[in-house]
Amino acid sequence: MPDGHPFLEVKDLKVHFPTDDGVVRSVDGLSFKLERGRTLGIVGESGSGKSVTSLGIMGLYNKRNADVSGEIWLDGDELVNAGSETVRKLRGDKMAMIFQDPLSSMHPYYTIGRQIIEAYRVHHKVSKQVARKHAVDMLGRVGIPQPDRRVDDYPHQFSGGMRQRAMIAMALVNDPQLLIADEPTTALDVTVQAQILDLMHDLQSEFNSALIVITHDLGVVAELADDVLVMYGGRCVEFGGATTIFERPEHPYTWGLLGSMPRMDRPNLDRLIPIPGLPPSLINLPSGCAFHPRCRFEPRTGGLGSTVRPELVRAGGSNHLVRCHLPTEERQRIWAEEVKPELEA
Amino acid sequence: MSEQGDALLKVRGLEKHFPITKGVLRRQVGAVRAVDGIDFEVYRGETLGLVGESGCGKSTTGKLLTRLIEPTGGSIELDGRDIAHLRQGQLRPLRRDMQMIFQDPFSSLNPRHTVGTIVGAPFRIQNVKTEHGVKRAVQDLLKLVGLNPEHYNRYPHEFSGGQRQRIGIARTLALRPKLIVADEPVSALDVSIQAQVVNLLEDLQNEFGLTYVFIAHDLSVVRHISDRVAVMYLGKVVEIADRETLYANPRHPYTVALLSAVPVPDPARRDRAQRNRVLLTGDVPSPINPPSGCRFRTRCWKAQEICATEEPPLVPRLDDPASHQTACHFPVVEGEEVAGRTPATTSA
Repeated sequence: MPDGHPFLEVKDLKVHFPTDDGVVRSVDGLSFKLERGRTLGIVGESGSGKSVTSLGIMGLYNKRNADVSGEIWLDGDELVNAGSETVRKLRGDKMAMIFQDPLSSMHPYYTIGRQIIEAYRVHHKVSKQVARKHAVDMLGRVGIPQPDRRVDDYPHQFSGGMRQRAMIAMALVNDPQLLIADEPTTALDVTVQAQILDLMHDLQSEFNSALIVITHDLGVVAELADDVLVMYGGRCVEFGGATTIFERPEHPYTWGLLGSMPRMDRPNLDRLIPIPGLPPSLINLPSGCAFHPRCRFEPRTGGLGSTVRPELVRAGGSNHLVRCHLPTEERQRIWAEEVKPELEA
Repeated sequence: MSEQGDALLKVRGLEKHFPITKGVLRRQVGAVRAVDGIDFEVYRGETLGLVGESGCGKSTTGKLLTRLIEPTGGSIELDGRDIAHLRQGQLRPLRRDMQMIFQDPFSSLNPRHTVGTIVGAPFRIQNVKTEHGVKRAVQDLLKLVGLNPEHYNRYPHEFSGGQRQRIGIARTLALRPKLIVADEPVSALDVSIQAQVVNLLEDLQNEFGLTYVFIAHDLSVVRHISDRVAVMYLGKVVEIADRETLYANPRHPYTVALLSAVPVPDPARRDRAQRNRVLLTGDVPSPINPPSGCRFRTRCWKAQEICATEEPPLVPRLDDPASHQTACHFPVVEGEEVAGRTPATTSA
């Protein structure tokens, strides 16, 4: 950005939900920056806080049962402390979201067209006819055949892939500068997933928007993301360029994710290398490093792992951050000599 | 693994048409041809992967194999005996030999029963005498699948998804079945947990010599676990081969497209992967009114006239061995330009 501020900056974002059993720290001190034209992939397992992060940015939480703190700067506007009316004006206009399941996130009673027209007219003072033309145009751009006819269909008349396209059309109808896609292809078959990924890639370069893709599928991340943020227990454990994260990852959890996943581009492993144990409870995170009970390198931290919470510090690659007690050289050595050979064996 | 000839399961012309009825008289006006004439064998001790997109009939096939539903045609020979049209009473003793693992570990366990009751149910239903009582047998099973045997009295909601899937697997193993049909057993699980369960299934297979039919849409998981793989499209098997062959040298255009669509977790290959991807256009046609001839022809870039008139048989094509069968008039040759692109070859 010309004025030196990043387009989107999230600073120490915390989203906590007080419950009878204790406070659920879904997101606990997350910071990142994102420029227009760039794609950030957020990876993590269920309960790592990745979806809550996106809802936090979009302001889609209920202030009565969520404690949100920190700062979110979107193109000069601060969102966390802004009134709901301000966020509401930005939502759908400057920032938009694509949800995982298009069947449950579209209204079954209204036609696809009516829902897109509504999204457009909320932010633009135009007649229904103009908005409708815009909706048809948008449906055509996302690759729906005969958009002037299909605009009057109901969501159930669309197939899964077409519904996802329609959802993308709805999200893009106001030319958002920030687009958040939460598991955009998880509900889809691979051949359709391939179509949608290509579409998102093309549309992003066309609109020059900032894109956040939230997914558990490292393949999807590798396909779309410029930068990758790995979340565990509500915190970022590793951040870096996509190439860095896939080729020189430094966090044991990232290593674990790469080892758990069978890969089609590599010779078949005899056995997958799972991460032992279970993801942590967000009410009661383990002491010290949240990952330490599942980390096989924890003994090498000399007791630090279970007692002291590690900070997010600079790692080997440029613009590469990692939250781990092991020294950088030690992590790089473990990856190169112990973990990587295992994955490629 | 796949010693030809010793087939545990032999499927011939298997068909399941679900009737579509209309009006008060429930007159049949058509049928959903979910599974429409498929043949394959499953050899003892092997894992047959069954892949395809949603609606291709793979889950229906799984239910047919375990006779949870009755086929409308064809035969299913389990250990030399045709079980396709057995009645409930006749099936019951056979249930010991074939079991199913379900996709959703949340809805496949009764929330009001304890783990002990759930895993012990097969013993009670089948009236199987256990040496040291049912409780002991259940605890042994829990230990076997990596759960704490002391959790015998807990309820399903006290467990995570991966642990629940282990409970389902323990129940499946109770009667030491010969054949286990696993329908998307790991797709509901997180990546790190998925690997744990896949490894468990492999260990159990080695220990008990189990035979698996592994139904999944995730091609990487299927490649990891299967010895042979069958690809289904719109109620038909379009290609079947051993794993290495199918992934390295797919013959059917649909298999080629399917494999090229899998995102590769390697950003360095992103551009090449996108260039090499065979993008299928359109949607899968309706199984109520499948296209004539080859069902894939409406989305196939190689389709010619004959594809619309003549249904290609599932046979070895080109110089393929008998174990690699393809139902296509114009099979893809290695290194061939596909839809204007050279297909991405995956190393098997």
